[in-house]
Amino acid sequence: MATAAAAVAQDTAGTRDSVDYNEDVVRLFTLATVFWGVVAFLVGVVIALQLAYPVLNLGLEWTSFGRLRPVHTSAAIFAFGGNALFATSLYVVQRTCRASLFGGRDLANFLFWGYQLFIVLAASGYVLGITQGREYAEPEWYVDLWLTIVWVAYLIVFAGTLFKRQEPHIYVANWFYLAFIITVAMLHIVNNLAVPVSFAGVTSYSLFSGVQDALTQWWYGHNAVGFFLTAGFLGIMYYFVPKRAERPVYSYRLSIVHFWSLIFLYIWAGPHHLHYTALPDWAQTLGMTFSVMLWMPSWGGMINGIMTLSGAWDKLRTDPVLRFLVVSVAFYGMSTFEGPLMSVKPVNALSHYTDWTVGHVHSGALGWVAFVSFGAVYYLVPKLWKRRELYSLKLVSVHFWIATVGIVLYITAMWVSGIMQGLMWRSYDSLGFLQYSFIETVERMHPFYVIRALGGILFLLGALVMVYNLIRTIRGDIRQEAGLAPVRPAAAVSAE
Amino acid sequence: MPSEVEKDAITGTETTGHEWDGIKELNTPLPKWWLYVMYATIIWSLGYFVFYPAIPWVNGFTRGILDYDQRTDLDRQLAEVREFRGELLTRIEGASLAEIREDDELLDFAVRGGGRAAFAENCAPCHGLGGGGQQGGYPALADDAWIWGGTLDDIYATLLYGIRSDHPQTRFGIMPAYGVDEILTREEITDIAHYVVSLSGETEDAEAAARGAELYQRPDLCVTCHGENAEGNVFLGAPALSDQIWLYGGTVAEITAQVHNPQYGVMPAWIDRLDDATIKMVSVYVHALGGGQ
Ligand code: HEM
Ligand code: HEM
Repeated sequence: MATAAAAVAQDTAGTRDSVDYNEDVVRLFTLATVFWGVVAFLVGVVIALQLAYPVLNLGLEWTSFGRLRPVHTSAAIFAFGGNALFATSLYVVQRTCRASLFGGRDLANFLFWGYQLFIVLAASGYVLGITQGREYAEPEWYVDLWLTIVWVAYLIVFAGTLFKRQEPHIYVANWFYLAFIITVAMLHIVNNLAVPVSFAGVTSYSLFSGVQDALTQWWYGHNAVGFFLTAGFLGIMYYFVPKRAERPVYSYRLSIVHFWSLIFLYIWAGPHHLHYTALPDWAQTLGMTFSVMLWMPSWGGMINGIMTLSGAWDKLRTDPVLRFLVVSVAFYGMSTFEGPLMSVKPVNALSHYTDWTVGHVHSGALGWVAFVSFGAVYYLVPKLWKRRELYSLKLVSVHFWIATVGIVLYITAMWVSGIMQGLMWRSYDSLGFLQYSFIETVERMHPFYVIRALGGILFLLGALVMVYNLIRTIRGDIRQEAGLAPVRPAAAVSAE
Repeated sequence: MPSEVEKDAITGTETTGHEWDGIKELNTPLPKWWLYVMYATIIWSLGYFVFYPAIPWVNGFTRGILDYDQRTDLDRQLAEVREFRGELLTRIEGASLAEIREDDELLDFAVRGGGRAAFAENCAPCHGLGGGGQQGGYPALADDAWIWGGTLDDIYATLLYGIRSDHPQTRFGIMPAYGVDEILTREEITDIAHYVVSLSGETEDAEAAARGAELYQRPDLCVTCHGENAEGNVFLGAPALSDQIWLYGGTVAEITAQVHNPQYGVMPAWIDRLDDATIKMVSVYVHALGGGQ
């Protein structure tokens, strides 16, 4: 152990100088990421089982699918994903600016507890039936106001730290984090402009109505994907992939071009959620074409992530943490190809309202968002708790494979069921009438719902393996294992 | 930590000379294929703008060379479907229910085509695919027990106006809430339930059933609507009670509950939701399920 401690001291000495990094709050956010991740996957499994076996709604309003679905989506996106973004962004911004967090420890702690309060207020509201009915923006006005305060504090802490930086340039991960924080603030405020019925009540009415309301909602919804689940997580990728691979980022120029094109294009693509609705044709054209143009800017991130491994491919064999990070980037590439494809109107005519969308969501959510977060958490925990390595890399590998099989089951089941559903809806019989009724399509989807639930259970099991591994790591245990330890060339660790 | 531009040993590419927490960046040029595909998507989009509605203007938007409009396109597709259904549908529109029933071609078209499809989409959620009915007040339509009548015209009228719907001509029948409104005592209601059970099966309590029979036949009570032999009355929408077919269950407890505080099922009026040809076809379809009179 003595040598391990020395190694850690040496490892950090090179980069740390004498900056007093705030790692306490990063530790809290990391723990919250893992905790909410398990909650989100668990609720995901529950609602997946409810779709396969409706009796599991239990006949109670609080446990019905309609109430638990937003618990799942918010727990996954905002609680799991959000805490992962907080944890990594606050870690990365300090390290890459060589500055401690602006605003001191109190403000940082406020961020943590304020954000957890937001999550609890939102989720308990859903279970009790308090909702605005706007997907991914379900919390009512009082929760929205609270989140606004927390978010502005986040912006102050993050931007303040950037201002204090001791590096001449701002690292690309921070561009992405900053874009994420600013845009989410804007999206959140505009989409939640609403008038409360009374200050004593929980209900409010949106400022917009009709198709304007729908478009505002999907401008928000799409950019929640674009900036929360994409830009923020690209920030994670840009730090943790080169760090773990111990290789330089593939292309600085690509990072500039794909950053600006991504930011510029994403914001217009929202109308692709409203194809063939009351939305005017020209706006649908806008959403579709900007989504198609978004393909390469998205892939720029994938290229930069994967190609950073050139010269270090062999590490994929020995380092399952890096495997999580790299496979996540591959899933990112896959879902950002699928997305533009689904935006093309004739394709959307088939995919819209079907499980194909749900499959697309989860190839992004499980494959990209969750995997890149797992990679970052596996990287962070030994660093934050000053352990030489994780308790067990074998278990990381086990987690990787269980989760991957889970994702494959999930997505393939949804592709088959979604396309089948879409085709059944549109098939005519020889007399010119619809061949299938809606319930017939629902019946046919049952086996795929069961497969999806199995995939989800595997994914959840994998996460529990991670929890065990992390607990042992934090306790300071190291499992004796042969073969998997990452080969670390002594010199490459620090910056010399 | 400012550092020098250096050459990466593995790729041979130069770095930018920046460094953050040990991370350096290579100055690799943009991949050519990447750039070209991006240009291609941009050119494709510009092309699309020329052909389709695209650019908003003060009072409208550019409509594009193809003059596409999704409303018009939908109308065109609906017209195509209409065309495909063809002359048979036109004949259905002009025919009476009886005429459809008589004509093999029209009957087939209604039963296998339009009636089946519309039933599956609109009616099956309550009445079940194939009209098997469902627990909890959704009567089977494939048997020959009819609450409001099983002739073509009866079925057609039920479809048009619904049952206890919000249409002024709706079929409407209300059984009094004998228990809740304190018309009968709890014991009397239980007796009646025993009697009703005995009409189509065994009763455990013959004495109660005998007392119930007397109450049932009292002129101001059940007999008025459900009939002397509990054969029901299609003019009042009073179901038969002697055929072992139950809307809300046939145990003493379930019957007691229904007499005490009846449930009233609702069926929507379809006259404003489906066109007349479709309602006719559904009527013929339901009639043909097995129990039409
Ligand atoms: C164990 C893992 C998971 C399972 C079993 C699961 C299951 C489900 C189910 C059953 C639905 C409802 C689908 C429907 O309404 O038809 C759903 C929706 C959703 N889930 Fe998950 N999920 C999991 C993980 C995640 C993660 C990690 C995220 C995000 C990071 C996520 C994000 C979403 C979103 C955004 C939706 C809404 C999709 C839409 O409206 O199209 N899920 N999930
Ligand atoms: C270039 C990138 C992408 C494009 C153009 C795109 C496009 C689309 C399209 C067309 C839909 C279906 C809309 C509908 O028919 O209702 C969709 C749904 C969705 N996508 Fe993507 N997608 C992209 C990337 C991603 C990624 C990386 C994620 C997740 C991390 C993601 C998450 C979602 C979610 C959550 C929905 C469901 C929204 C709902 O609730 O209906 N997308 N996307």
